[in-house]
Amino acid sequence: MATLRGSRLCSLTHMTTTIRQLPADDPAQVAAFEARIAAGESIEPKDWMPVRYRSQLTRMMSQHAHSEIVGMLPEGNWITRAPSLRRKQSLIAKVQDEAGHGLYIYCGTETLGVDRFDLYNQLLDGTAKYSSIFNYPTLSWADMGVIGWLVDGAAIVNQTILAKTSYGPYARAMVRICKEENFHKRQGYEICMTLAKGTPAQREMLQDAVNRFWWPSLMMFGPSDTHSPNTAELLKWRVKRKTNDELRQRFINLTVPQAQELGITLPDPDLRYNAETKNWDFGPIDWSEFQEVIAGNGPCNRERLEARRAAHDEGRWVREAAAAHAAKRSQATAAA
Amino acid sequence: MAESEELGIAAGEAQAGVRAVAGTSRGPVLGPPMVEYLLRLGDDRLILGHRLSEWCGHGPILEEDIALSNMALDLIGQAASLLRLAGEAEGTGRDEDALAYWRDGVQFRNALLMELPNGDFGFTIVRQFLVSAHSVFLWEALLAAPHAGLAGVAAKAIKEAKYHLRHTSEWVVRLGDGTPESHGRVQRALDDCWRYTGELFAQDEIDTAVAALSFTVDMAAIRSRWDQVVDDVLQRATLTRPADAAMRRGGRVGRHTEHLGHLLSVMQIVARSHPGATW
Ligand SMILES: [Fe+2]
Ligand SMILES: [Fe+2]
Ligand SMILES: [Fe+2]
Repeated sequence: MATLRGSRLCSLTHMTTTIRQLPADDPAQVAAFEARIAAGESIEPKDWMPVRYRSQLTRMMSQHAHSEIVGMLPEGNWITRAPSLRRKQSLIAKVQDEAGHGLYIYCGTETLGVDRFDLYNQLLDGTAKYSSIFNYPTLSWADMGVIGWLVDGAAIVNQTILAKTSYGPYARAMVRICKEENFHKRQGYEICMTLAKGTPAQREMLQDAVNRFWWPSLMMFGPSDTHSPNTAELLKWRVKRKTNDELRQRFINLTVPQAQELGITLPDPDLRYNAETKNWDFGPIDWSEFQEVIAGNGPCNRERLEARRAAHDEGRWVREAAAAHAAKRSQATAAA
Repeated sequence: MAESEELGIAAGEAQAGVRAVAGTSRGPVLGPPMVEYLLRLGDDRLILGHRLSEWCGHGPILEEDIALSNMALDLIGQAASLLRLAGEAEGTGRDEDALAYWRDGVQFRNALLMELPNGDFGFTIVRQFLVSAHSVFLWEALLAAPHAGLAGVAAKAIKEAKYHLRHTSEWVVRLGDGTPESHGRVQRALDDCWRYTGELFAQDEIDTAVAALSFTVDMAAIRSRWDQVVDDVLQRATLTRPADAAMRRGGRVGRHTEHLGHLLSVMQIVARSHPGATW
């Protein structure tokens, strides 16, 4: 582990924080904090913040970082089979961007006094969560288009709002990351459009991918507001600025016209425009499927974690070597 | 009993003149020199870039995942340009994708070293180091190639190759002079790669023909500069340079290892499943 610390992209002092052991918040400080939030100020790492605020942000940011890293796998699965050199290059670049996002957000979590490597270990031991969408398999080339279009598209809807979150480092990370996610979405949609205009087999491939990814993409926004225990507190502290349901609806409204443009159907017979609310109404989400995936029983949960663990285990000797070499070097420097 | 009878072939049919069985050449059939030359350069980078891309999402640390992907991107980008030039030189309308996705293994011209499976991180790094050192000096020579397209690729690729060389040299030193385990692994990788390095410097009638077009690539000079770089890094890495024993070759004329076919079966599967489709 020391190896990684030597080569990390951000350098921050290592503090071990066990949140539960911190003293209860002083009500006067909480009031001052909430006044700052209400005034629209952004909270910076050195500022005082309630224990719950810190822990909620740690949870959200680390889940986000894990999602970026695990999210490399389903798309990485098609890099070696990309059907043109241009597509191969853009897919590698995309997966590489996700690695960069993960790294950047892990660094962001360290401003909250947690260690990136502790968080990463929580991912490896299965105690940390990541976005449920990455537990679905990628079964055809069309999935590379549909993931860019729907999954990065959903991420953008989420992250555009998170760019206004009250915690400064997270907000700034989102601004930067959103630019790249927009590029991913455009690229994904362009793959979809090429397939849509292609051979009957390509159109069929596209439709099948949409059928598989539509509902899981809607679940990316999380449980309905009535079942989202964290929402009220997160909204009060302006960690979140919109509810899960609001964001989901916004995503659907944005996406339906794009689906029409592609000439594909979305797998929801209840989908229809509501002239009164100006929303696209949609059918019930199968939350039992969501709960199953969250509980670790999705189609690829085991495979995704196994892949991360295998990479970590097979890389151990490399990290140890780098640490040993760095130690030799610093000894040599000290002796000189 | 005559052999032809044993095989069930009628004696008369096996006689000379009935059906020509004596070919015009003992070796594989090669295309025009400029096409072959560009294919060799392009295929080296395509196949090695493809191998590097297999690491994506599986690197030993996140930073290295990104670095390996970066190198894969550089190499595949170079390959696309070089194969485009090869297609233009060929003049039958094949573009870089037609060449990458619709040739069979025996039509590939990469050196064998490129197609070997990735092995562990140490093997991938050692191979990349040996190839990058070669590339830096080769691109330097090709900067002055009397072929605007190729000289253009060289100008961009040399910067990329220099970065790859620096990055992999650092890792060879770190792994060689790291722990006993890493030292052992990386020395083994070096020993395994070594017998494929001769092919990087081998020259044949294609090189002679291209040299006649005033491509001044002094392979002996490239070799001695490569030796210097390799010796320097191996020494800092406390690794032992293997002896130049029997060298494996054949990739330049399409005589590959069995590994290439498997690589291509993955790489080409989607494209070949949909003839005529655009992506
Ligand atoms: Fe993402
Ligand atoms: Fe991302
Ligand atoms: Fe993305």
